[in-house]
Amino acid sequence: MTDLSMPQTQTRTQSATGKIALRWLLYVLLGLFALYYLMPLFVMLTTSLKSLEEIRTGSLISLPREVSFDAWKTAWASACTGIQCEGLRPYFWNSVLIAVPAVAISTLLGALNGYVVAQWKFKGANIIFSLMLFGCFIPFQVVLLPMARVLGLMEIAGTIPGLIFVHVVYGLGFTTLFFRNYYVTIPAELTKAARVDGAGFLRIFWSIFLPLSLPIIVVTVIWQFTQIWNDFLFGVSFSEAGTQPVTVALNNIVNSTTGVKEYNVDMAAAIIAGLPTLLVYVVAGKYFIRGLTAGSVKG
Amino acid sequence: MAPILDINKLYKNYGNVEILKDINISIEPGDFLVLVGPSGCGKSTLLNCIAGLEEITDGTLAIGGKDMTHVSPKDRDIAMVFQSYALYPTMSVAKNITFGMKVRGVDQSTQDAKLKEVASLLQIEQLLNRRPSQLSGGQRQRVAMGRALVRDPKLFLFDEPLSNLDAKLRVEMRSEIKKLHQTLDASIVYVTHDQIEAMTLATKIVVLKGGIVQQIGSPAEIYNNPANLFVADFMGSPAMNLIPARASSNGAGTQISIARESGDPVVLTDARAPQLPQDVILGLRPEDIAEAGFRAGADVQEASCLVDMVEPAGADTYVVSELGGKQVTARLHAETSAQAGHMLNLAFDMSKVSYFAKETGERLN
Repeated sequence: MTDLSMPQTQTRTQSATGKIALRWLLYVLLGLFALYYLMPLFVMLTTSLKSLEEIRTGSLISLPREVSFDAWKTAWASACTGIQCEGLRPYFWNSVLIAVPAVAISTLLGALNGYVVAQWKFKGANIIFSLMLFGCFIPFQVVLLPMARVLGLMEIAGTIPGLIFVHVVYGLGFTTLFFRNYYVTIPAELTKAARVDGAGFLRIFWSIFLPLSLPIIVVTVIWQFTQIWNDFLFGVSFSEAGTQPVTVALNNIVNSTTGVKEYNVDMAAAIIAGLPTLLVYVVAGKYFIRGLTAGSVKG
Repeated sequence: MAPILDINKLYKNYGNVEILKDINISIEPGDFLVLVGPSGCGKSTLLNCIAGLEEITDGTLAIGGKDMTHVSPKDRDIAMVFQSYALYPTMSVAKNITFGMKVRGVDQSTQDAKLKEVASLLQIEQLLNRRPSQLSGGQRQRVAMGRALVRDPKLFLFDEPLSNLDAKLRVEMRSEIKKLHQTLDASIVYVTHDQIEAMTLATKIVVLKGGIVQQIGSPAEIYNNPANLFVADFMGSPAMNLIPARASSNGAGTQISIARESGDPVVLTDARAPQLPQDVILGLRPEDIAEAGFRAGADVQEASCLVDMVEPAGADTYVVSELGGKQVTARLHAETSAQAGHMLNLAFDMSKVSYFAKETGERLN
């Protein structure tokens, strides 16, 4: 409501200054939040570049006087995880060997599941989808014992294929949900047209639906990669010496040292362990937002 | 020649709901069959059943003399054009058109030749490398038709292909479809809710309501001799006048008396002397009521009516008068001197009258 006695221009300038002030308040607030969240990273980075001597004597938030990458080298190649002293390197590759196939398989299966549930309505399709969705909400701890039994029966307990299997099964609920919600927005006439054209179930999926799916594939890959790479509980429960993922090794480095705590090595190891998920998000992040918000396909 | 499409006692249920009941339709090669009806009447479901995209519950269906009741869509030798065009969004126009041939393993040189032929027929040569999202509605429509034409099928199925276009483009595409039908001598089943589309395109019309066939016939039959009140009301714009009346016989013919709120009833005589029950619904199209003196013929009878409203529509002028409790529309020439609130002599062409039973709505004559 504009007060009629007040000149129009004055109200406009007033509201314009108000807008600018609000905008700046927003920036300041966002800046403060960013600072708050980036503080731990800053401490980790600086600590990992300091020598033990400097850590003992200096302040937590001061910059390193002398930048040294020794802690990084130790963390990567020679830190002790219990009795072995090979650093994170072998475990890092374990994690790669687990995460890459598990992400690929769970994404592909999720795409197929989503395609079936969204586009090939059959009796009970909704019930099956609800059950799969329910799988998303089962806490990790609940499935530990049954999963251990299943892995034992399949004779893949303690192996990398075993861990891949666990992550694929646990990820299916989410990946199916992502793809189903994406494919449900694609008009059913597209499938009908392809069927009349002579294409079968897999041909339609491969030639028509997969090429449409880049945004949701990116979302699913980021989600699954983050989940699987960061997983600790399954990693610690279903691995044995030699097949442990990097998260478990990180824990062992930090917890199994005796004597003086090598904070710089711990920090470097933690950053190394977290780097791949950061990288994936930085590379594919813009698709992540786009994929989460995009739905409808404009023909 | 064997019928190109033969539907026999077709039923379709979803659970306990009967969508289509006892459908019997047969068309000859070269026929343009239009399925028309209000939304929800089952016309699109019937088309999907013909395509094989929906399993039918009971009955049989043959295409080109071969039983196709349980054959999958790709083996029915059909092509279909959809309301939303359903173009493959990630493929170019050329790939969209050749996708069906590629799937069926047709060799590249044949694909290229057919693509070229269809593209020049539909005048879309310059669009072949574009994506569907870069096309206008009318262009998408052409591509969708190209995808169907390139297959050279026994039977074309069109599912409300023009309903997403604006009015002007719709009329244009309508005449193009008609031209295509004539050039290619194709057999077509076409679904629409637009009765004008049905009238202009069809060689044969099926009027559906509530999953039941109301009438099958040529556009002229449907228009001039509607089988019941529903068809009479649905086909034609403005709609047929349906006027409650009383019938009585005497020597000269059948007297039809139409009550009026103002003044004496209008009494008309039908010299054909049909046998009618006492209460009937008289159906007369607006163009069969003219201004007195502008319609000649032995069966034309005049009556003075009070004009309630005059609607000039350019080529014609519509005049509305209250008869038998209904707003009755007469289609007069453009230069009529009719004025609202004044009496006007109207000429009723009794040779064109349809009679319907009041209770069942069925045609009586």
